[in-house]
Amino acid sequence: MQKLFQRYRYSVILLKQLVITDFKLRYQGSVLGYLWSLLRPLALFVILYFVFAKFLRVGEAVPYYPVYLLLGIVLWNYYLEVTSNSVASIVGRGDLIRKINFPKYVIVLAGSFSALINLFLNFIIIIIFMLLTGTDISSGVVWLPLLILEMFIFALATAFLLSALFVRFRDISYIWEVLMQGAFYATPILYPLSYVINNVSPMIAKILMLNPMAQIIQDIREVIITDKTITMSDLYGSNYSRIIPLAIVLFLALFSTYYFRKRSKYFAEEV
Amino acid sequence: MSEEIVIKVNNVSKDFILPHAQKNTLKSYFTSTFDFSTKKHKKNMHHALKNISFEIKKGEFFGIVGRNGSGKSTLLKILAGIYQPSNGSVDVKGRLVPFIELGVGFNPELTGRENVYLNGALLNFSKEEIDKMYDEIVKFAELEKFMDQKLKNYSSGMQVRLAFSMAIRAQADILLVDEVLAVGDADFQRKCYEYFRKIKGDGTTVVFVTHDMSAVRKYCDKVLLIEDSNMAKIGNADTVAKAYLQLFTNTEEITNSIESKKRWGDKKITYKKVNAKPDYDKKIIRISFEIEAYTDVLDPNYGFKISNDMGQSILGTNTEIEEIKVGPLQKGDKLLFKWDVPNIFNEGKYYVEVAILYNSTKVSDWWEEADAFHIRNHKKTPYIVNPEVVFSKLHEKVI
Repeated sequence: MQKLFQRYRYSVILLKQLVITDFKLRYQGSVLGYLWSLLRPLALFVILYFVFAKFLRVGEAVPYYPVYLLLGIVLWNYYLEVTSNSVASIVGRGDLIRKINFPKYVIVLAGSFSALINLFLNFIIIIIFMLLTGTDISSGVVWLPLLILEMFIFALATAFLLSALFVRFRDISYIWEVLMQGAFYATPILYPLSYVINNVSPMIAKILMLNPMAQIIQDIREVIITDKTITMSDLYGSNYSRIIPLAIVLFLALFSTYYFRKRSKYFAEEV
Repeated sequence: MSEEIVIKVNNVSKDFILPHAQKNTLKSYFTSTFDFSTKKHKKNMHHALKNISFEIKKGEFFGIVGRNGSGKSTLLKILAGIYQPSNGSVDVKGRLVPFIELGVGFNPELTGRENVYLNGALLNFSKEEIDKMYDEIVKFAELEKFMDQKLKNYSSGMQVRLAFSMAIRAQADILLVDEVLAVGDADFQRKCYEYFRKIKGDGTTVVFVTHDMSAVRKYCDKVLLIEDSNMAKIGNADTVAKAYLQLFTNTEEITNSIESKKRWGDKKITYKKVNAKPDYDKKIIRISFEIEAYTDVLDPNYGFKISNDMGQSILGTNTEIEEIKVGPLQKGDKLLFKWDVPNIFNEGKYYVEVAILYNSTKVSDWWEEADAFHIRNHKKTPYIVNPEVVFSKLHEKVI
């Protein structure tokens, strides 16, 4: 019991320091520093807003489309940041792993927390936009922490799997890059889901919604921006349909934890 | 020292798959599935350790020695929990801290202060704990003025000082020390050994991997010799240190072949025989040698150098530096010479390198390991040379 506590203590100390270090190093030497965490998604938002809302006019049917779009981008960026940074994270700490024995999951967890801090900073921008445009926050907002938790677990689980796989198969980084580019367009971030239902087919929309990120983004939009958002339950006509993406997240979390634990013993020899 | 066993190594073996057999990309993973010569992979296993078993008692200073590539560092990493043994088990009681390298996790982009906290976290110190000992760490490292500078602006000596100052604060029941700790300048070595002496007194168990037999004799209670992945000998420091030195005399036969890679030159004059032997009565090392000239040479210059078994050059000279007139040689001349060198050496093995030059820079015969000799010295110091020194009273009384 005491040993368990010791190990837990060590992980917490290490996690704190790694997150602090990561944050200090990230914007070191840049004039605007932490502000870039906010400016980056904002700049992307401005570009996409002009292309999709003004030029292609895809979001006309959606109320508060600009905030709706920005929220989608911010949430997607969180997932992208956690997973892309995680791929090479274990290999990148190779010199440390070869010289000292410490819980390896701390490395991946630290990357995930750094991104979480970023996400909260981005939410400040979103809240400002929400106040400016006056969105319909529903009583469902109480679900927001749980939805964020689901996203946190989903991103972390993917990160564990990717980082452990990358130690053995260095192709993973390229595969993941391509996959994420495809997934960005397969997730209803830029376009409203109604666009797919009306112009492509309701079947395709149902398939797209099986992606946990699609479910999470749509649900968060529903609770803080507009109840006109098409969510999992609207599409399938049942609240129980949410179980499918949840099950995917749970299964992935169990599998990647198992795989990471199994492989982490051999990281020192393989990195 | 108590009878309590803190490390128990039970029949441990370790195999590595050699990198060229490792599947590192998906493509190689798939192609090798269809490669019918996969049996080859089995041959690409490297057995780094075979059936190692031993016990370390609480408070013991345990040495692990062996030649490069014998598997001693792998064993240390298994003890540290960095590698998993392929077979067998390791039981460790108490908190173990490895010093495989100083300053693990140091980041050049962070300031000295930030690195102290980061390295401290790796040593299991919380922020509050570091806060308390921060001033002490900085003072010991003598870096008060530099803590807010980035580590990349530190000299290597400053980095080592900071790292060492951190390392000695680790509260360990068992300390694993790799020999890298003992390298550095004389002052740093002194600090290291002072620290070893202190922790030995505190009853900390120390596992020490090294090449340095004088350190083994000085500190270790028990020593394990690893040779060719196997346990070759385990026992007290003196017996194992002897067995270790024996390894070199047995395997490194001094090659007398003139084609040897450790010997070159145009062979206008060559050494026929070189013999170095300590004479304890005269307190000298006598290097006697025979040369033969194959052509006429006007100005031969005979030189020698003595190095220890760690490759450190200790002393050397030649007849030109010494302004000795040796005279011209005629074809067919065979001459005998000797150098007498005062015996200032510490215990250990020494190699003699000899050379004949002419026309100031032309090499006639350069022979790197022409001979070797052993020194036994009752008086031991941790330094390179150990000459006779005299201590006496200057005055009867200080007024």
